[in-house]
Amino acid sequence: MGERVSVRHADFDLSAEVATLRAVDAGVGAVVVFVGTVRDHSSGQNVSRMELEHYPGMTETAIEAMIDAAHRRFDIRAARVVHRIGVLEPADQIVLVAVTSAHRGQAFQACEFLMDYLKTQAPFWKKESTAEGSRWVDARSSDDAALQRWGLSSGNAG
Amino acid sequence: MKIQIRYFASLREVLGAQEWLDMPSGSTLGDLRDVLIGSSARHAEALARGQAVRCALAQRMCDEGTVLVDGAEVAFFPPVTGG
Repeated sequence: MGERVSVRHADFDLSAEVATLRAVDAGVGAVVVFVGTVRDHSSGQNVSRMELEHYPGMTETAIEAMIDAAHRRFDIRAARVVHRIGVLEPADQIVLVAVTSAHRGQAFQACEFLMDYLKTQAPFWKKESTAEGSRWVDARSSDDAALQRWGLSSGNAG
Repeated sequence: MKIQIRYFASLREVLGAQEWLDMPSGSTLGDLRDVLIGSSARHAEALARGQAVRCALAQRMCDEGTVLVDGAEVAFFPPVTGG
């Protein structure tokens, strides 16, 4: 079994990530993967690049705790999260959440749960560069609302 | 007691990556924020009540009622925007 969380500059290979999860567990009957990517626009402006900052140590610990929570809540076999930091360009991959389970339902739910959790509780910050300069991205209250669907409260966006 | 304070993202740009402060024992995270607010005009603006500021103690999200311990690592940062 490989590590569950990777926060790093380097890109990830979706096929390799899924292959690794499947190779170690023949009980897997479903793999659900979410990949988040850099949009080339935000609030009506073109985004030329994005910079991602994190809190070394806390970020990894927080995501580990989210995966523990996913295991308690759903009947899943394994989960893996890769999140990139540093300078990214439009169309680059930012985040991967991959979940395996025996049957699809639990993997679909756990993948969405992990993304909702990560969006509001993992210490990452995005800064966008546009023609007007660079700006820190505002948190969205819709992300807090998404987490509330799972019975968890979040006051991240304030 | 000595407290390490770390800042991230927009707060780091204004206040620097970290600083140390002496606080009386029994102080809470909210007490620390008050002292910081009083320490400079930049702090007062960045950490003002009403600004969306999240905090962590020992690398875990906390609220301001949390009591600090000697040598604690505290962090202040804006709402998170990963994913």
